[in-house]
Amino acid sequence: MNRILFSIIKKEFWHILRDYQTLMVILAWPVLMLLLFGYAVTLEMRQIETVVVDQSHTPQSRDFINALASTSFFKMVDSDVPQHDFEHILQERKARCILVLSPDFAQSLQVNPETKIQLLIDASDPNAANYIQNYLMQISAQYNFKTNTKLVLPFVVEPRILYNPDLKSYFFFVPGLVAVIILLISALLTSIAIVREKEVGTMEQILVSPVHPIQIIIGKTIPYTVIGFLDSALVLLMGHYLFHVPIIGSLWLLTFSMFLYIVTGLSFGLLISIITNSQQVAMLAVLMSTMLPTIMMSGFIFPVESMPVLFQYVSVIIPATHFLTIIRGILLKGSAFADLVPQLSYLALIAGFLITLSIRKFKTTLE
Amino acid sequence: MTAIMNQPIRVENLYKTYGDVNAVKKVSFSVNEGEIFGLIGPDGAGKTTIIRILVSLLRADSGRISFKGRDVAGNTAFVRANIGYMPQRFSLYPDLTVDENLNFFGDLFRIPKAIQIQRKERLFEFSKLAPFKKRRTGQLSGGMKQKLALSCMLMHEPQVIILDEPTFGVDPISREEFWCILKSLAQNGTTVFVTTAYMDEARLCDRVGLIFEGDVLAIDTPDKLLKSFTGSLYRVGSASPHTAYEKLQNNPMFVSVDLFGDGIHITGDQALTVNKIKNEMERLALSYSAVSKIHPEMEDLFLSLMKK
Repeated sequence: MNRILFSIIKKEFWHILRDYQTLMVILAWPVLMLLLFGYAVTLEMRQIETVVVDQSHTPQSRDFINALASTSFFKMVDSDVPQHDFEHILQERKARCILVLSPDFAQSLQVNPETKIQLLIDASDPNAANYIQNYLMQISAQYNFKTNTKLVLPFVVEPRILYNPDLKSYFFFVPGLVAVIILLISALLTSIAIVREKEVGTMEQILVSPVHPIQIIIGKTIPYTVIGFLDSALVLLMGHYLFHVPIIGSLWLLTFSMFLYIVTGLSFGLLISIITNSQQVAMLAVLMSTMLPTIMMSGFIFPVESMPVLFQYVSVIIPATHFLTIIRGILLKGSAFADLVPQLSYLALIAGFLITLSIRKFKTTLE
Repeated sequence: MTAIMNQPIRVENLYKTYGDVNAVKKVSFSVNEGEIFGLIGPDGAGKTTIIRILVSLLRADSGRISFKGRDVAGNTAFVRANIGYMPQRFSLYPDLTVDENLNFFGDLFRIPKAIQIQRKERLFEFSKLAPFKKRRTGQLSGGMKQKLALSCMLMHEPQVIILDEPTFGVDPISREEFWCILKSLAQNGTTVFVTTAYMDEARLCDRVGLIFEGDVLAIDTPDKLLKSFTGSLYRVGSASPHTAYEKLQNNPMFVSVDLFGDGIHITGDQALTVNKIKNEMERLALSYSAVSKIHPEMEDLFLSLMKK
């Protein structure tokens, strides 16, 4: 029993190690994704191209503009353009917003209780427009407090941002990437490895032997479990040392939940390999059925709570939904086992269901 | 009772359909211990289907197939552990070396390491693959691949081996060599069940079953089969055999006319003579180089049985 299993595992490792191209993809892809998400993909906005039209030309107006320019949020690209060019500037995307201070700005500040300044925002990207508006409102609020010490507000919100005080988006992405990478490696590689044997015809040969299907299944999945672990460890280590993503919770709990999640991915890959007969179809099926829902609907980027109710139900059967809560909880918040029981149970339930189904459906004939 | 227990393969009224296609129609035959039994027929005759049912990879619709006296359908584990099976497609791992493939199949059948080493040595003697031990299987020639596949299958020394078109696409010299290996295996008591689409390989078998469109047309030793050929057979050499074939095809003078690589083969009743054929050719203004009476080959027999 163990001899057969061991030799299948050994053979599978040979396949992996001798296919240099695939091996490089397996190892380089997660690193690339991490660098991409860590450095390039960010939800924050910086260096927003801005045109300032100062019609007031007073110390007050210059003071306000300086307050704006001294942050890294806004980048002044032009100033004092005539009004008939505004449309043109936004159309050509020379600037994302135009700030207009009217000629009576300084005067109005002294006389009127309220002074209006105009901000034109290009909202073809609504997310960006939102950011621009928020940034400007914060900066003007600070300016108001500084210049008008008599200003009294009924109450002030004093936020304390926990678990990710600097609101770094890679704190959010690194755990998410681990979820995506584990799923991709475990589901995709397993299904391809099994379907390849069917496609090439070696499955027909090894089925006519004393091998038990369980031995084939376990023998083929263990190597990919190891690879999945290695890859996620790589991403976690890089995330920890390069991007300083904290690992506050228990490493044992992390390993345990990763194992549970890997098993889920493997059993899904197994299921795909049973219902498909060619590597290409298997690859497509895995990408469609795991990657898309994982990226779009699990909370990897978009929060589950803000999805339509129907999609929220769908997200419950996506393993990554639960794993994301678990891994973000463990890494950033130091969640303990007791905090994560519902998520871990869901994951175990999905894994148990998939593995039972795929073992029962595994064909030992060619019908 | 022991005779039945020892009967390596017994097929009774085997029937199998794929949708609307009757792949195997009421096929019955048996293979005796230590013989080379060849199932011969063109592509699509049902050879692979029969073999896959025999090695328990497919289920028959009806009929019974037994391996060493045991019903295959009910004894899958016994069949798979004791039969040697070489599928039609090359089914070893191209990225593994010769040695690794052999070891892998030795391990699959739980052969102890020490015995594996002995067996590999013996298998290398006939396969002559020893110098290529460390070579990746994907880089072997077609003939070498087939010999390696055979060797892998022999790692557990099965008493009955099943080979599905093992010489398909292999060069003539390697084919000859491969058959020599099968011969020596049979001489040492191994039962060999082999399929082929090459009619000329029939003479290398102890007994032959001719199969066409899921029907077994005849089963016997190659000699007896050839003797069963009724009528007389003539070969007509021609520079344009296609034209001659088309013109003669439905001629009532002949029982059948077939196009062969070396010309046209004409079958007739006992009254047919070389001169009669020559006269007919001249009457139809067909050119010919020679007409001679010949002994039937397996292909002639197959074609005549096929048309019945």
